[in-house]
Amino acid sequence: MKILVAVKRVIDYNVKVRVKPDQSDVDLANVKMALNPFCEIAVEEAVRLKEAGTADEVVVVSIGPKAVQEQLRTALALGADRAIQVETDDMPDSLSAAKILKGVVEKEGPDMVILGKQSIDSDNNQTGQMLGALTGMPQGTFASKVEVGDGFVNVTREIDGGLQTVKLNLPAIVTTDLRLNEPRYASLPNIMKAKRKPLETTSPDELGVEVKRTIKLLKVETPAERSAGVKVADVDELVDKLKNEAKVL
Amino acid sequence: MSILVVAEHDNNAVDPSTLKTLAAAQKIGGDIEVLVAGKGCSTVAENVAKADGVKKVMLADNEAYEHQLAENISELVADLGKNYSHILAPATTTGKNFMPRVAALLDVAQVSDIISVESDDTFKRPIYAGNAIATVQSEDNIKVITVRATAFDAVAAEGGSGDVESIDSVFNNDKSEFVGEQLAESERPDLTAAEIVISGGRGMQNGDNFHMLEDIADKLGAAVGASRAAVDAGFVPNDMQVGQTGKIVAPQLYVAVGISGAIQHLAGMKDSKVIVAINKDEEAPIFQVADYGLVADLFDVLPELKEKLKNTFEDSLPASI
Repeated sequence: MKILVAVKRVIDYNVKVRVKPDQSDVDLANVKMALNPFCEIAVEEAVRLKEAGTADEVVVVSIGPKAVQEQLRTALALGADRAIQVETDDMPDSLSAAKILKGVVEKEGPDMVILGKQSIDSDNNQTGQMLGALTGMPQGTFASKVEVGDGFVNVTREIDGGLQTVKLNLPAIVTTDLRLNEPRYASLPNIMKAKRKPLETTSPDELGVEVKRTIKLLKVETPAERSAGVKVADVDELVDKLKNEAKVL
Repeated sequence: MSILVVAEHDNNAVDPSTLKTLAAAQKIGGDIEVLVAGKGCSTVAENVAKADGVKKVMLADNEAYEHQLAENISELVADLGKNYSHILAPATTTGKNFMPRVAALLDVAQVSDIISVESDDTFKRPIYAGNAIATVQSEDNIKVITVRATAFDAVAAEGGSGDVESIDSVFNNDKSEFVGEQLAESERPDLTAAEIVISGGRGMQNGDNFHMLEDIADKLGAAVGASRAAVDAGFVPNDMQVGQTGKIVAPQLYVAVGISGAIQHLAGMKDSKVIVAINKDEEAPIFQVADYGLVADLFDVLPELKEKLKNTFEDSLPASI
């Protein structure tokens, strides 16, 4: 089977986010960028399915300016076979991204699409589900286990209060949660090899998708900082403060 | 304006997140109607109808909705929702699962995880794991929104007098089916609903030591949580995780024990009213957000705390007992 993995270029998760002085957005100038951690898990899962003989081809796709090719090369170094960049000037919103991915799905005809459950920049948690609705595919979101059967996939999902398992007919959408797997590091030989793997570029126009944005970003602020309180000397003082000062006991 | 709120429930009882989502709906303003979709959930519908400000409850009682499968629920919500100006659901794993499908079916964007209502089309929401707060304005004619429940105070569960109306639209897809679920069973309150939460981190050293937290939690009627480090180390199951990638909590009192205070953990608990940190490393970042910090070995502190809380509790009992 063929697996399509959608990946996003985001700020590296180790970088401290700063808001621009004019509060128009966060400042991403000269900031280290990386593959979104949930997308990395998605690539890893697809590659493992290929290594297990379940999948025979893993295609990665990313939407955005030329810089996203860096993350596509990372995905290729992790084991994906080929890459598609859908070139846009900036990052589209989730609905436009889902429409673009629908175009790619129609062209590639994958049996499974794996995405991260959310990107760590906008934290929307939407694209996979939207792609499901647009393509009519069933979805297994927040996956912690993926087991492929004959024409179906069982997905164990992390839900509030525990785990839920659903059975989905293929083709299906899977979005990854953190504990699905632990992604490998790309080895140097694989990084070298990735440079020669095919990377094709297309555009929303070619896929017949109009990119629009209906949510306007008015302002970005730094959240109210909590200030450090007091240090207490011992348990007695702690219990006393909680009872008599904070009045929470 | 008319608002459709999709209720979260387990077919028996309404989840507190629904009452908080109703509070967000009241801030937007307009007529509020609620959809209760499930199986054998008429009691839920009757109870939701009593919540403050609910005009009408629509009850979709069918096998197709028993397990809240996103493929079925989203079709139902999109079908009903096209007549409303806003569709709201709590940003629980259920709401997060089906709402984006609703938005896509209606060809509108979704505003995820709002923490405040600025006007009927403008909302605040956390981005970058809560390290920035965005104010966004939706230009869509139907606004599809998920609500971070901890950011809103629940409306009164009693006092309203909405009507309950049964609807018989059934959307049942043949591509997905429910296989089973494993829910953690606990006598303690749910993490996201508890007034007091006590959490352990890597400093707890192993899973067995969490019983020290449980003992204290049981004295206080508290829930027990954990940091991602403790979950990743295999001390406790992942549904106990508090943080950006786990549960977001905002209790009256949050006690962090042996937790260093990584950004990802802080994002899940920094809106708690009072934060206590117990850690032997006085440089731990958790102290920068704690109202009360105790620099000490948790293995000394926890037994003493348990003892002292016992005394406190006993002191407060009437002398006749």
